Amino acid sequence: MSKDFNMLFAGFGGQGVLFAGKISAYAGLYDNKNITWLPSYGPEMRGGTANCSVCISDNPIGSPCVVSPDVFIALNLPSFEKFKNSVVSGGTMILDSTMISEKCDRTDIHIFYIPASQLATENGLDGLANIILLGKMFKETNFCTQQSLETALENCISKRKQHLLLPNKKALQIGMDF
Amino acid sequence: MNNKVLMKGNEALAEAAIQAGCRYFFGYPITPQTELAAYMAKKMPKVNGVYLQAESEIAAANMVLGAAGTGVRAMTSSSSPGISLKSEAISYMAGCDIPALIVNVQRGGPGLGGIQPSQADYWQATKATGHGDFQILVFAPATVQEMIDLVGLAFDKGDEYRIPAMILADGMLGQMMEPVTIPEHTTQHLVEKSWACCGHQNKRKHNVLNSLFLTPSELEKLIIERYKRYDIIKEKEQRWEEYRLDDADIVLVAYGASARVSHTAVDIAREKGYKVGLLRPVTLWPYPTKAFTTLKETARAFISVEMSMGQMVDDVRLAVECKKPVHFVGRTGGKIPTPMEVVDKIVEVGGMD
Repeated sequence: MSKDFNMLFAGFGGQGVLFAGKISAYAGLYDNKNITWLPSYGPEMRGGTANCSVCISDNPIGSPCVVSPDVFIALNLPSFEKFKNSVVSGGTMILDSTMISEKCDRTDIHIFYIPASQLATENGLDGLANIILLGKMFKETNFCTQQSLETALENCISKRKQHLLLPNKKALQIGMDF
Repeated sequence: MNNKVLMKGNEALAEAAIQAGCRYFFGYPITPQTELAAYMAKKMPKVNGVYLQAESEIAAANMVLGAAGTGVRAMTSSSSPGISLKSEAISYMAGCDIPALIVNVQRGGPGLGGIQPSQADYWQATKATGHGDFQILVFAPATVQEMIDLVGLAFDKGDEYRIPAMILADGMLGQMMEPVTIPEHTTQHLVEKSWACCGHQNKRKHNVLNSLFLTPSELEKLIIERYKRYDIIKEKEQRWEEYRLDDADIVLVAYGASARVSHTAVDIAREKGYKVGLLRPVTLWPYPTKAFTTLKETARAFISVEMSMGQMVDDVRLAVECKKPVHFVGRTGGKIPTPMEVVDKIVEVGGMD
């Protein structure tokens, strides 16, 4: 039996927190896992802090609320401060270091700093820091198979927005290579 | 790769209703239910159905009363404050014996309350969805797949017994996505509705659907007849699910989102050596009292886990005939209990020997 993943994505509304979570969820689905995707909703989606819980498991999933993530993706400073101590010991934290200049003082978890927003801008991929972080998360955790991740990305981009597929693939690759 | 798709609970409820043959949706937007109505707005025109956003919840519920009175499958959906507004029409549906589906994706109350998930409408759903002597069927899904499965069942059972049916969900189930398989055309139990007001074309005596009876004896007789039907429902339609109850000393009782949290809590507590299991009511009315028949003798204590101030505790007490203590743990106001909060309660109760 492979490992279960309880993931938390957190940032500002509009940074693609829910979308990154959705791709992860689909990737888990394509690996024939049980998955849940639970967004925050309401006013925080419209500019406040937004977060999204994703569980991937071989077993039926009980609570879909991720209180103690083993993978935490932080896209802004308030989210980093709010959740940094909730990550389980031995877990993984990935930060957009363009948005979060602080360092995490925890020594019992794996921490990766990636200037995702800066990398996005440098590569003409503004707004795709979320996908760069997703690529990094895949590289560091192997939460799904690469094929499922790529299929998930393709299927989550609607037919009307196919012109965004290539930039998204590029962003994913940048994250995986970092 | 499998044929499952990810759907939000709210969207799943809508698609399931369409698959169950519902072609009449009357609603009014409210968080956290809105995706259901939005899905209907998109899909109903494609299946020659009616999607209508009414001027208010009251109007929407009365449109359901009228449409369902013609014998078609009709529904409305809302969240807590909206259900209070719809309760007048629900009482009229019960008084006219008109089956229809009402979905409540609960949020915190009372009043406008909040928009985060809650189960504080348990009493309203199971005891008093409006004025007068009546009950409605209440189904409580705990997964997105079950939201789909129970919609079809709610329509079928509503038609079978001529009684309004409710899906009692909450903001968490409505907003979350899980993999689902959508069965096509789940309508298998369409019953003849000889009572429907759908035009007699001078071929039969005209039907009347009415809830006004000024002669007490006539009204009393009607209600007593209706309660005989409720007795049959109580006998035949109780539904529940059991998880790790075989040797359980402590039984958690929880439905919907709370049952998800309790499921995780059972696993954690089992690892700590506690003999604990979960009894999950799937029907809240009729309450699954039969599920307690053996447990009330074999278990040592019960814990009702809820996202309310403990509205289900009394039903658990009645079901165990007060033979064993019934404890409560929960959160309210839009907060979801964590599995550890439930485990702490298990430890507390487990240590009461």
